[in-house]
Amino acid sequence: MNTVILAAQDPTLADFGKDPWWLVLIKIVFAFAFGLVATLLGVWFERRVVGRMAVRPGPNQVGPFGLLQTLADGLKMAFKEDILPRAADKVVFFFAPTISVISAVTALSVVPFGPKVSIFGHWTPLQVTDVSVAVLVILACSSMGIYGIVLGGWASGSTYPLLGGLRSSAQMISYEVAMGLSIVAVFMTAGTMSTSGIVAAQGDATQLTIAGQQIPAPGWYAILLLPSFVIFFIAMVGETNRAPFDLPEAESELVAGFMTEYSSLKFALFMLSEYVSMVTMSAVTTTLFLGGWRAPWPITLWAGANSGWWPMLWFFGKVIVLVFVFVWLRGTLPRLRYDQFMRFGWKVLLPINLVWILVLSGLRSIEDWQTKDRLVATGIGAGVLLLATLFWPSRKKAPKPPLQEQVNSRPHGSFPLPPMDLQVPPSPRTKRVVAEREPANVVAGSESGEV
Amino acid sequence: MTTQTVLAAAGQVSGGEEVTFWILAPLALIGAIGMVWARNAVHSALWLVLTMLCLGVFYVLQAGPFIGMVQIIVYTGAIMMLFLFVLMLVGRDASDSLIETLRGQRVAAVVLGLGFAGLVGSGLYRALEGVQAAGLDQANAEGNVQGIARLLFTKYVFAFELTSALLITAAVGAMVLAHVERRKEDRMDQIATMKARFRPGNYPGPKPGPGVFATSSSVATPARLPDGRLTDRSIPEILPVRELTAEDTALKGTDK
Repeated sequence: MNTVILAAQDPTLADFGKDPWWLVLIKIVFAFAFGLVATLLGVWFERRVVGRMAVRPGPNQVGPFGLLQTLADGLKMAFKEDILPRAADKVVFFFAPTISVISAVTALSVVPFGPKVSIFGHWTPLQVTDVSVAVLVILACSSMGIYGIVLGGWASGSTYPLLGGLRSSAQMISYEVAMGLSIVAVFMTAGTMSTSGIVAAQGDATQLTIAGQQIPAPGWYAILLLPSFVIFFIAMVGETNRAPFDLPEAESELVAGFMTEYSSLKFALFMLSEYVSMVTMSAVTTTLFLGGWRAPWPITLWAGANSGWWPMLWFFGKVIVLVFVFVWLRGTLPRLRYDQFMRFGWKVLLPINLVWILVLSGLRSIEDWQTKDRLVATGIGAGVLLLATLFWPSRKKAPKPPLQEQVNSRPHGSFPLPPMDLQVPPSPRTKRVVAEREPANVVAGSESGEV
Repeated sequence: MTTQTVLAAAGQVSGGEEVTFWILAPLALIGAIGMVWARNAVHSALWLVLTMLCLGVFYVLQAGPFIGMVQIIVYTGAIMMLFLFVLMLVGRDASDSLIETLRGQRVAAVVLGLGFAGLVGSGLYRALEGVQAAGLDQANAEGNVQGIARLLFTKYVFAFELTSALLITAAVGAMVLAHVERRKEDRMDQIATMKARFRPGNYPGPKPGPGVFATSSSVATPARLPDGRLTDRSIPEILPVRELTAEDTALKGTDK
């Protein structure tokens, strides 16, 4: 019975593209408004949470709990003077922030907010649209978003923004590779690239048979594909330029990075795009790895958890938890050094990802073997892995000789060292002073006679 | 099977497709022309990005969503970004100069370009002559992505692997050519620098400042060592050595 309900609720690709124009408009406006409101609340949320982590109140004056602080800041920003640097490339300088915002908001269009619901009598999925390559649309949007930052840095016509732009282009290209590879595991498991299909695939829990009992295993890819999830999340933080990977706008090195020369509304647009992409990326992670709008385990005991408008609540809850993790990371971790950051991306995330995909495809290809064969094959693979880890050449260096030996083996004529035991040696030039007394019983006069 | 594929198979063009085409086709052309005409290298790259984005949308319109998205992600997102990266390193004011350094270069380029276009066009024409299109229904029967994957990993797997081997060779070659190999021993870390400082024959203390115990406080005046000799170590190497003329050494009349 459960599967019947799921089939009725779950949107498939064929359900899209049939809405009347006003419904499409409502959905688009909703997604856009979601991005904007999420920014307003997101900035407030971040400042409050970071404030709490730093044991201070955070914004608490404007509105209840300081909720309207961001609105006030936004209004203030709009009325500030818009400075156009003389060395700036005017057209590109103007377009760069808009590119960022447009690509960040566009990615929201393929994110499923919920199952099919009835809106004014129309039975329609809570998602603007879905295509067979929806996840690639998200990737394309995030890769276009880089242009905003890079061009903003270049068009400012000054050094720090240019450095920030260069950094961000290198950073985002590197981390996009890791991100794309971790999504490959999701594609392989779900068998589809459409976001609604991936959410649906995470709904049917695989049945594990342990000791003759059917136990439903969790269907979330965050658990099934844990390495992919971890790598995706790290790459996502790198892709959204958030701490600890906020190197393009590292304020201690580059003033404000690519947005140093921006002011007024253009600066506000960059801020907007940063927060919208943070929320968008959280929504994408929720969709790809955390079961999308599906309720987590204890709620699923209630039969109606995954139908109607309720799933939107679970979806927003998951997104807020992920945004909290973003803020938590910012409040906790120091910024990485640039070379360490690049090395981490290319030499750690990428190889692990490739090996994991290999392992996963190996596991999938032996799926329909007999249980015994499967166990043997898995055991051989695990054994090889274990041996490799055991006999991997250690990176520990040979122990150094003791300090005194090192000192003694220095070549002749080396600069003098202070003694290792910090005892000041007697100077070779000062003579040893020993009180010389005259012998007590010397016959007087025997030597004085010579004088 | 979407409505797009049905229409495409019937040789018809839907209204939306037509509108999109007539909006984006001029934009794509403007981008192509702008790429050639733009003086600034970065502007040129941006015009090319516009053209590529339009092409990506065209692919999607032609019921090839996967190739369209790959066009945007790979070409526009990664490759053009690398171009921009290099162009930005070159400098933002690097513009084309109109001086012809190679004589007859332009004429040769036009002739060769036309010749190449002719070769490609005629090759395509002859290859497609008398070919019956199988239709999008057949090509996309099991899904667009799956269809491409099947062709790529069965019929064209050899060509595909060969191309990737070529690309890897090119990448490795570029890295070998551009990489300056520094042996591990040559790299000076903090300990190595400290050891070099205290190596016999090297004076580890600070260098004497110029002008110390000298007749003048100029940076060009070498310091005097305790034994009275002048030391060259006290003068920055960047200062040019010059002989003072009589005019230079003459009193300026400032000291009474």
